[in-house]
Parts: sequence; structure tokens; C-alpha cells
Amino acid sequence: MPTHFESLATLSTPLVCIDIDGAHRQVPTHYTVAAALLESGTLACRNTPVSGAPRGPFCMMGVCFDCLVEIDGVPNVQACMTRVREGMRVRPMSGKARLA
Amino acid sequence: MHVDLAHNTCCRFDIVVAGGGLVGMAIAYGLARAGQRVAVCDGADSAHRAARGNFGLVWVQGKGGRCLPYAQWSRESSERWSAFAAQLKRETGIDAGFERPGGIELCETAEQLEAGRQLLQSIHAQDASLDYEVLDIDALKARVPSASDELAGALYSPHDGHASPLYTLRAMQQAFASHGGTYLPHSEVREIRPRAGRFEIDTTHGMLQAGRVVLAAGLDNKRLAPMVGMNAPITPLRGQIMVTERLAPFLDYPTLVVRQTREGSVLLGDSAEQVGFDDGQTRAVMADIARRARTAFPALAHARIVRAWGALRIMTPDGLPVYEESAAHPGAFLAICHSGVTLAAAHADVIAPWIAGGARPAILHPFVATRFSN
Repeated sequence: MPTHFESLATLSTPLVCIDIDGAHRQVPTHYTVAAALLESGTLACRNTPVSGAPRGPFCMMGVCFDCLVEIDGVPNVQACMTRVREGMRVRPMSGKARLA
Repeated sequence: MHVDLAHNTCCRFDIVVAGGGLVGMAIAYGLARAGQRVAVCDGADSAHRAARGNFGLVWVQGKGGRCLPYAQWSRESSERWSAFAAQLKRETGIDAGFERPGGIELCETAEQLEAGRQLLQSIHAQDASLDYEVLDIDALKARVPSASDELAGALYSPHDGHASPLYTLRAMQQAFASHGGTYLPHSEVREIRPRAGRFEIDTTHGMLQAGRVVLAAGLDNKRLAPMVGMNAPITPLRGQIMVTERLAPFLDYPTLVVRQTREGSVLLGDSAEQVGFDDGQTRAVMADIARRARTAFPALAHARIVRAWGALRIMTPDGLPVYEESAAHPGAFLAICHSGVTLAAAHADVIAPWIAGGARPAILHPFVATRFSN
């Protein structure tokens, strides 16, 4: 998949390793999950619960709720409002969440 | 359809409806469908809008304990809803999301269950067609497996259902327009002047004339009613609602506290506070709503809340509706209720033909504002 977003050249920053849909990625610690998704080329991170349309990070500021993902087993987390953490597992959000 | 009245000092209609919420649009749609030339004067975006803040129940159960016609009126609308929704779908393509699987009132204690049973029994004794069932915890779990074992039981009524208030409103607006109705947004009614058997209506965007006028402006009816010689003793009653993320279906029946929409969102509500025109939210009430929802459905403890709001019900002193024609100025009609979703079908099918010139339906007999002055 082509990469539409690239990180700006910056001073070297500490990295963490996260798991995006099974692929391991090294990303700077200051990234949000949405930034990591976009840098990895993941434009669509979920399918909507009503029509199944693909959606991905859009507003990047917590407003549009289009970047919902499952993080460490918790559904419907806003990727743009969540900072990456070492070992984090990010999965696409497909349809409606299930109650535990 | 938006008519710019700024360039048009006067527009004539058969009927002008003040209020573009669920009550006003249902009546206006019914009138336009019957061939009347109708204008709806809707308020500003900042107006109090019960139509856009309510819970979406089509509810009969428990209504009319002291006034049987109210129970019968609610049930009549509930029974008309299916055909009403089908017609809206045919005319607009919009699905109002109506379903009538019956409604469930969950009871946390045996005392609540018994009090509810007595109320429904007293209504059933007056009209045997107003049916209900008492569900003990096993019967409840058979219907609603996600319900908590800790509940005492529930009351079930086959007359209850639910719909999407927003799709319902949008469908009625679109159907109204397709029947030639004129919808005037941002056109709050400032003044109504009876003139020789007709009415002049000043709005924020110009003056209208009509042979008849319908006051369906929610809480603003209190201000408008005296302009046509009537009295609308109404007060706001706030309800707070929280909405969860979209969840896989876990609840097939609407309840008063928890309702899952077709799209998967879960609405939590059923609060009531007299706080004037404050439509805000409070932590204490939201915590109580959340506690009741979790008590009934323990799995909801894991659900995420994505939105919350307050909205104002339109309450008469006895909670019953008002449908009345002005004695001083015939042709002016007052419509007040706090169940704009439940009663939408009856408003379009029964109230509109009366306002268009038909006989006043007998079932409306108790619903006059003059009952408050006696």
C-alpha cells in the first residue's frame, strides 16, 4: 500500500514498538495511534456499523469519531486521541462492538 | 421548500402551523396530504426542540391511569403507526425505524412490580383491550436474556414500540414538502392577530395570512395561546439522555430506561426534573441514569458513552394533552402534548382532518385546556 503520509525529518526520538493488525511498527513515542496508522499506510481503520463503509482518521482532534479502532481488546477507541504505548495491539474496528 | 418572505410582504395560506417539531409537522403533513395549502413556521436553531431531544418511544403502557381516553388515544396512535411509517417510506424513501415488539418496564423491586401491575390492571379493568403481562424474572429472562438476575421482574405491553425521532421528523418534513407544503425555517411566530375570521401571523421573516392557525410550538404555546383567546398552562420538564457507542444487538424490546436503536446505539434515560428552561446536564442525574441502566443490564458497564444531552418536555398540570379550538377566535387551534413520537400517527390521521374542517373526534373530549380553569 502506498504511503500517503510521511513523518517530517526530526531529531532522533525514542521509539516504541506497536502491533497494527499483526504488523510490528516502530513509531516515535509522541505519536498518536492515528498518526501511526496513517504513516503505516492504513487509511481506513474500520467499517461503519450501519452501512459497512470504510472510514479512517480524518479530523485528528477527537471530533469526528471516524478513527475508531480496537486497542488492546477495547473497542471503539479514538485513535487520534490515544498516544502509542510499547506493545500496544491495534486492530481494525469492524461493525458494532460486542458487550463483554 | 424555503420561500423568502423578505421580498413578499404577505403570503396567504389555508392554514399556518406555528411549530415545526414532531407535533407541528405531523399535523401539517396530515393537512397537506388532505389538499390544504399549509405553511409551517419553524423557530430558530437555538429554539428548545423536544422533537430532536427525545427518547423515541411509542408508548402506551401505564398512560391514562386516571383518564382512560388518554390510554385509548395513545393506543390508537400506536396502532396507526405501522401504516403511517409505511406511507412515509413510500412517499419519501425514509425509514422512520418504527418497530412494535411490545414494550417492557423493568422493575428493580417487588414493590415496583406490584405497583405497576396494579396500575395496568386498573386500566385493563376499564378497557379489556388494553393488554399487559406481568413477567417474573424467569419470563423476563426468556424474552430478554441480557437482563439482570437481580431484577424483580417486568411489565410487558404489546401496544408499545419505538421509532427514530429524527428520521420521523425528516420524513414528515419531506412528505409535507412533496404535498406542496411550505416550510419556513427561522420564522418564529412573533404575533398572531385575529382579523375578521382570519388570522395575520407576524414571523421574524414577514407576515402571513391564513384562514386557520394551529399552535404547535411546544413550550412557546404558552406565549402564543393568549393571542387567540386561549390558555396554555404548560411548564418544562427536563429529561437527560445518554447514548452509547454502537453495540451489537442485545435488547429486542424498548424499555423506559434503555432502548437500543436499529443502528446499534443505546439510549439511556427516563429522568424528570423541574428546572425551568435549563436544558443542560448534571452529573448526579446522569450517574443515576447510568446506575439504573447497569442494574438492569450489567453488561452495559463496559459500554462507552459517546453523547449526552438534556431536553425539555412540554407538560400540562395533569400531563394530559390539549387539542382545542378557540371559542373566542374559531379557526385557531391549540395542540399540546409531551408524546410527539407516540402520537405522531394520530396527529396526522385524526387531528389534521378535524382542523381541516371535520367534526371534532369524540375521543378528544377530555383534552381541553378549559379543564384547568375549572
